[in-house]
Amino acid sequence: MRELKVTPIRNGTVIDHLPAGSALGICQVLGIPRPGSASTVSVVMNVPSDAMGHKDIIKVEDRDLHEDAQQQLAVMAPNATVNTIRDYHVSEKRTPEAPETVKNLAACPNPGCITNDEEPVSSEFDVHRNGDGYELSCAFCVERIEDPIELVG
Amino acid sequence: MSPDGRGDTPEGGRSLVSVRDLDRDRIDTILDEAERFQKALDGDGPQQTASNRVLAALFYEPSTRTRLSFESAMQRLGGDTITISEASASSMAKGESLADTVRVVSGYADAIVLRHPRQGSARLAARFADVPVVNAGDGAGEHPTQTLTDLLTIRQASGSLEDATVVVAGDLRYGRTVHSLGLALGIYGANLRLVPTGDLDLPADLEEEIRSRGASIERADAIGDALPQADILYQTRVQEERIEGTGARPETVTLETLREAPAGLKVMHPLPRVGGIDPAVDDSDHAVYFEQARNGLPIRLAVLNQIFGDRS
Repeated sequence: MRELKVTPIRNGTVIDHLPAGSALGICQVLGIPRPGSASTVSVVMNVPSDAMGHKDIIKVEDRDLHEDAQQQLAVMAPNATVNTIRDYHVSEKRTPEAPETVKNLAACPNPGCITNDEEPVSSEFDVHRNGDGYELSCAFCVERIEDPIELVG
Repeated sequence: MSPDGRGDTPEGGRSLVSVRDLDRDRIDTILDEAERFQKALDGDGPQQTASNRVLAALFYEPSTRTRLSFESAMQRLGGDTITISEASASSMAKGESLADTVRVVSGYADAIVLRHPRQGSARLAARFADVPVVNAGDGAGEHPTQTLTDLLTIRQASGSLEDATVVVAGDLRYGRTVHSLGLALGIYGANLRLVPTGDLDLPADLEEEIRSRGASIERADAIGDALPQADILYQTRVQEERIEGTGARPETVTLETLREAPAGLKVMHPLPRVGGIDPAVDDSDHAVYFEQARNGLPIRLAVLNQIFGDRS
């Protein structure tokens, strides 16, 4: 039995099974912590994992992850699990599903894409299955992103 | 306002943004209609299906043939064209977004033809315009009416798009005409023989996409080697700055290159040819690049007629 170096949280969300090294980028996309929030966020990186070799974990106190954020998460980390914690116990455990299109994940990496201009649109990517994960294509310029995690790295 | 309201695509409306939005039926329909327009142009002229209609041509980049052929097509259908040809003198210079510009222009015109330097600009315009949008080139992205023009030329030169053998030479990495043509020929199961100049080869992901649509792809080192049993040689321009330092020279198609080519082989080029084809080839039976340029008119007639023709 391994001992985690972060204490359990009473209420909130534990995002588990993130690719090693991805947690900070994922926090940025999901807006963790919320600006002005006083709640604790713990990020644990490079935790040994039987299934993944190493993984990252994010613990967010006093916050549930809304549906849009869960979809963004699924695109970046297809194996991620979202545990809702109530009174120190896991009240719900989900593996979020990726949507057909995902918005606001990150800017399109193609510098020639119209979405990088001053236009009233957010970035938008079509999501395609690719083996165990997903790849993206910009809904405007069709630039392909083979590994979505690279967008936020 | 357009009879069908919003110009969004592919969800609905009559916009033409990308070759990727076109299935085989829609391509065949446009090509058939373009052939009817070819006959009409040789006869009494097209029906005036766009009378009292206004096309807005928003050209944020220089263009001669594309703009003229759209204006000519609109005029022959009985309609009028209003044009922004100098972006520097208009809304772009004042910092107005493309989204705002097309929303405003939607109030003045029944359709928009857009050429813009940014990739994805036509898709964005189609989302915000209340009228159909036709992509006339979005930077390094697409130029679907050019592709349709190429397809019409290939169909007429080789009898069919199905299983046509097309040699594609030149800048295959950056050339948008090649990318869109490859995607379109893919759905007809064409055989593509690629002759890239130097390392200007087709991007790997695009090659995979073209194959997945049904095309077979092989490669040759020289144009002459690729010509046996070929129906079409599609030569493209290589921009010199792209090959600087690579030691590669763009190959010029000469009568010597074509000496052992099949008698029925037709040579195409999206023009300007910039050294890609020796002028001596112009008078041979192989040359169809000027017919190809002419085919831009019936294609644009067909595309505009799809927008304006059906007012039911």
